[in-house]
Amino acid sequence: MKDTEGYVTADGRQIGGVLMEMQNITLRFGGVVAINNISFDIREGEIRAIIGPNGAGKSSMLNIISGFYTPSEGQLIYKGSPRPQMKPYEVARMGVARTFQNIALFEGMTVLDNVMTGRLTHMKSGILSQAVWWGKARDEELANREVVEKVIDFLEIQNIRKTPVGRLPYGLKKRVELARALAAEPSLLLLDEPMAGMNVEEKEDMSRFILDVNDEFGTTIALIEHDMGVVMDLSDRVVVMDYGKKIGDGTPDEVRNNQDVIDAYLGVAH
Amino acid sequence: MSTSLKGAEGLRSIPDLLRRNKQAFGSAPAYREKEFGIWQTWSWSETADEIEAVALGLLEFGVNEGDFIAVIGRNRPQLYGAMVAAQMVGAIPVPLYQDAVAEEMAYVLDHCGARFVFAEDQEQVDKVIDIQDRLPGFERMIYLDPRGLRKYDHSALNKYDDVVASGRAARGTLGAELERRIAALDYDTTCVMLYTSGTTGKPKGVVLSNRNIIETAKASSEFDGLRQTDSVLAYLPMAWVGDFIFSIGQAYWTGFCVNCPESADTMMTDLREIAPSYYFAPPRVFENQLTQIMIRMEDAGPFKRRMFKYFMDHARKVGPKILDGESVGLMDRLKYALGEFMVYGPLKNALGFSNVRVGYTAGEAIGPEIFDFYRSLGINLKQLYGQTEASVFITQQPDGEVRSDTVGVPSPGVEIRINENGEVFYRSAGVFVEYYKNAESTADTKDAEGWVATGDAGFIEEDTGHLRIIDRAKDVGKMASGALFAPKYVENKLKFYPNILEAVVFGAGQDRCCAFINIDLTAVGNWAERNNIAYASYQELAGHPKVLDMIQSHVEEVNASVAQDDMLSACQVHRFLVLHKELDADDGELTRTRKVRRKIIGEKFEDLVNALYGGADSIYTETEVTYEDGRKGKITATLSIRDATVVPVEIKPLEAAE
Repeated sequence: MKDTEGYVTADGRQIGGVLMEMQNITLRFGGVVAINNISFDIREGEIRAIIGPNGAGKSSMLNIISGFYTPSEGQLIYKGSPRPQMKPYEVARMGVARTFQNIALFEGMTVLDNVMTGRLTHMKSGILSQAVWWGKARDEELANREVVEKVIDFLEIQNIRKTPVGRLPYGLKKRVELARALAAEPSLLLLDEPMAGMNVEEKEDMSRFILDVNDEFGTTIALIEHDMGVVMDLSDRVVVMDYGKKIGDGTPDEVRNNQDVIDAYLGVAH
Repeated sequence: MSTSLKGAEGLRSIPDLLRRNKQAFGSAPAYREKEFGIWQTWSWSETADEIEAVALGLLEFGVNEGDFIAVIGRNRPQLYGAMVAAQMVGAIPVPLYQDAVAEEMAYVLDHCGARFVFAEDQEQVDKVIDIQDRLPGFERMIYLDPRGLRKYDHSALNKYDDVVASGRAARGTLGAELERRIAALDYDTTCVMLYTSGTTGKPKGVVLSNRNIIETAKASSEFDGLRQTDSVLAYLPMAWVGDFIFSIGQAYWTGFCVNCPESADTMMTDLREIAPSYYFAPPRVFENQLTQIMIRMEDAGPFKRRMFKYFMDHARKVGPKILDGESVGLMDRLKYALGEFMVYGPLKNALGFSNVRVGYTAGEAIGPEIFDFYRSLGINLKQLYGQTEASVFITQQPDGEVRSDTVGVPSPGVEIRINENGEVFYRSAGVFVEYYKNAESTADTKDAEGWVATGDAGFIEEDTGHLRIIDRAKDVGKMASGALFAPKYVENKLKFYPNILEAVVFGAGQDRCCAFINIDLTAVGNWAERNNIAYASYQELAGHPKVLDMIQSHVEEVNASVAQDDMLSACQVHRFLVLHKELDADDGELTRTRKVRRKIIGEKFEDLVNALYGGADSIYTETEVTYEDGRKGKITATLSIRDATVVPVEIKPLEAAE
């Protein structure tokens, strides 16, 4: 699995070398083993799904990648070198952005301001010069605003640019969260249940945006999702987890025909 | 006449006008478009340079004189430019409705045999790719927005920016050829071909010459004193003749600035930011805005509500008089000035009408209350009557002679006559050349002397000289009793209620009239919220007994008003039902310009029509619907049918009119 050659997907996209590799990750909370010795990799340019029944440890896995949890054992190799223990904001600076299962936006702020917060990791001027808003701080904000506007245009949310997030319906809030993550211009984008609670039309829109992001910016995407139809359509490779263990890994077709996966989802007679 | 061959003031074509504008006011803004949250501006000289580059790019692709080039997308400066670039190389631009489904596009693209297509984005590109196998003449497509198109086969697909760049580079080799092509354009060269939306049958390609467009633009600009410093918001479909006249004809003639919204959803915000001085909207837009205002005022605090009501009452009393320059007492004027400060000014600002000097509405009748509302605020809203075949203008209202029930006096250079059946005919410099590849229809519509049948029935008021339109001539019919039947007349009265979005009245050849009604979801939804009426869907709201009660009261009020009219008193609505779905252009029930297709609706909902004329209280029905992506689904409903009270009148058989 150490190759850097990559592979070509069914629809003809070239997938690059390994971007992030999880090596024998184990995560314990006291006596509870949330993740038990899991290894897999995420390659540059691919859409990688993590699926599994409730409590399988998917969100914990995402939290390890984003630096919110530190694994009890094992290590992460990111862009070729082992990643030391880091704070989440440090991980964000290294190009990992995420959205949350339960929307975590600033409800009282406008869409534009929320998306601007996604650029925080790219701002260098201090709090004082930002308050004076002159010279460097101003130029920096203008440059960042340009990036944000491109994201707003890309996700087609121009009409709600100045609307407070609290007034938006759920489906749009999800899109704003994606916008904020994209504004950080991540090399790895983590999506925690991007379609949860959406109706069919909203799911179709969101799927299209995920594919477009991957296509236009070449962003690598790791996502957790419960809707099997969506997962099988969107992703290039799928990791299946159950009770903290990895029980399957491969293309959607391989995973679909994997007996362990079928058992985990449909249950087995004991 | 030698002058007419050379064209008005020696300008024979739109590309000529473009060059004049570049010289006369090169640094003034020609186009603005909001992109990435900022208004981007193209000056006339930048516009001219970019359009020439596109034209050179087209020459590189081997465009011949007389080729057709289709343009599909929403209002964008580049697409307007593409049309002028096509004219420069001697080709004929054909703008299409961007919300048309692929099937509709297939007919038009095949009919004109378009060799090239300008498409706005992936959505439009996909539609053309879907149907390209059936288009033998089609060769190449140029797209504006590259998003999602990276992996498409680019052997017959080009990015707009690339075309501009390679056009610029080819100026040395192809510049002379471009000059030759521009010089070859004369006053009778085709300027544009526009497809009529077709309330009946297949769309027809209306060929308009440079003469048609430039003469009309000149006359109408002078009529309203349009200036180079004016600005308009271009948001109506590019395939519609009105948009072509406003955003290209008049804009190039006077040199005013055309502003394109960021997206269809941001139109209202962009309107407010631009505050155009010249504005056009169909009655529907004014109705929606008024509905929005009224809903917002219902939700406002009691003080604001009372202030709004007080000053609006005053505005209704004196506003239109002030606008028409009639004498108004000093106290009333002072009170109006205070109202301007407290209510009218802020309201106009919120609507984006702060700077409107000339506003037009057309296409349908506008409700008198709606019309008066805007005029009382001091907005110079007027009506005009026009057609694609006339390059828009047939009649329009001069300042100071504005009324809600007429469509004005003949536009400059237009002659009007009414034939013995009441149908309106006109003749002008704007009269179209022909229907493309349809000599038969051309001959039916336009006679040897150049008179064109409008298909509308109307009459000229003797004392004012204003034209009044009653209905489509073919829709005006007779009832079984011999009384005059004019469905549009009744439908318009119904539609003036904010709660009613659309109405279709049946009754030709029958003993009484019946109606289908569509509720307005915004207005009725808000009413339901305030009255604690719970509903889960459009269908449930439309079938709610209290909604039916409300609609019934509207219908009965309309009946009382119709009964007042001697000629049309037989058109009172005896029975009605509220439809379970909104009438939609995607289902073929409306045209793309949102006019009711009476015959198709009558056939599609035949069971419902029969139920209206039968005695049943309710009817079960299944309806096929088309989703935006072209898939089909089915909805079922049981609709209740209501009887409305009618005012007894003496039915006069229609003899006098014959």
